[in-house]
Amino acid sequence: MTDTIQTDAAPEKTRRPFRWSMVALWVAVIAILAVLGWGLVNTNATRPEVGQNAPNFNVEFFDGYEWETRSVSSLAEMRGHPVVLNFWASWCVECRYETDVLEQAWLKYRDQGVVFVGVAYADVEPKSIAYMKEFNVTFPHAPDLGTDISQDYEITGVPETFFIDKDGLIRHVQIGAVNQQMLDTLIPQMLAD
Amino acid sequence: MKNHKMFRVILLILLLGLLPAAVYAQSDPITDDEVNQVAKDVYCPVCESTPLDVCPTAACADWRELIRTKLAEGQSRDEILEYFARQYGDGVLSNPPRRGVNLIILWILPVLGVLLALLLFSRMLRGLRAAAPQSAAAPPRPKSSTGDPTLDDYISRIEKEIEE
Repeated sequence: MTDTIQTDAAPEKTRRPFRWSMVALWVAVIAILAVLGWGLVNTNATRPEVGQNAPNFNVEFFDGYEWETRSVSSLAEMRGHPVVLNFWASWCVECRYETDVLEQAWLKYRDQGVVFVGVAYADVEPKSIAYMKEFNVTFPHAPDLGTDISQDYEITGVPETFFIDKDGLIRHVQIGAVNQQMLDTLIPQMLAD
Repeated sequence: MKNHKMFRVILLILLLGLLPAAVYAQSDPITDDEVNQVAKDVYCPVCESTPLDVCPTAACADWRELIRTKLAEGQSRDEILEYFARQYGDGVLSNPPRRGVNLIILWILPVLGVLLALLLFSRMLRGLRAAAPQSAAAPPRPKSSTGDPTLDDYISRIEKEIEE
């Protein structure tokens, strides 16, 4: 026979009362962490590299510099065409060395479906237009509204040119001015694929 | 009738006299100070940490000229800043408008941070208050009192050490 001691009283569970202050505390912590994380991701965003998908962009072309009569377009709409995306500015001295080269290449390759898009970076519109008229350019040009495109492409300055193939993959990034030889090598390669 | 005609002539002369003044007022050049009043609140993306009014680059000079043109057109400071935000993004303004991500990062987040700090501070204070009576309830008292609190404290500590 064994003596057992039984207790009727179950161990008392201590329940913490529901507190709105705790909910607010956690919401605040999560919100702050989320925003800090978002900021960190943006800060560490790297420029799109060769072989990666080119970030999509929307453009609102300058009057008289539209693409196939479209006043607005996007990279997605240009899918199926090789795209030469050139960042420039009227205040940029080095851009002056390549503008004519780009125009000549546009005249040479446009009938084969190549799209040239000039994006005026941090430029004022009257100066951009004066620059385009000075060089008699005819290929599509647009301002970088909100500097969205240059931010997505993480450009380091101007001029900078991205060669994007028919599938939207970046084939080459040129920091600094392009030259005729480069264009005559890269564009036929993109057309051949 | 003659008086009426005379009045018209005088009115015409007066209006013609005012015309050069109006033309002069319109062509009154915008000063650098007026341009810089707007430019000091703008940062061009080419030189991010330098305000437009002191930035020496060609890009910023173009932007300042644009401000001058817009001021000459009669646009207000707010209209010009709004134009720059629309054209180049909210990031070019020293005081970005309260919308979108700016609203979260510059306004909601700091308020949340302050609220969080207050909440944590109040909880810490409550914890200190709860701990205070417990520590105050157990002050070692000497077995005999001398009447001098300092001496009593000293004796009680010695007694405690002897007991240990």
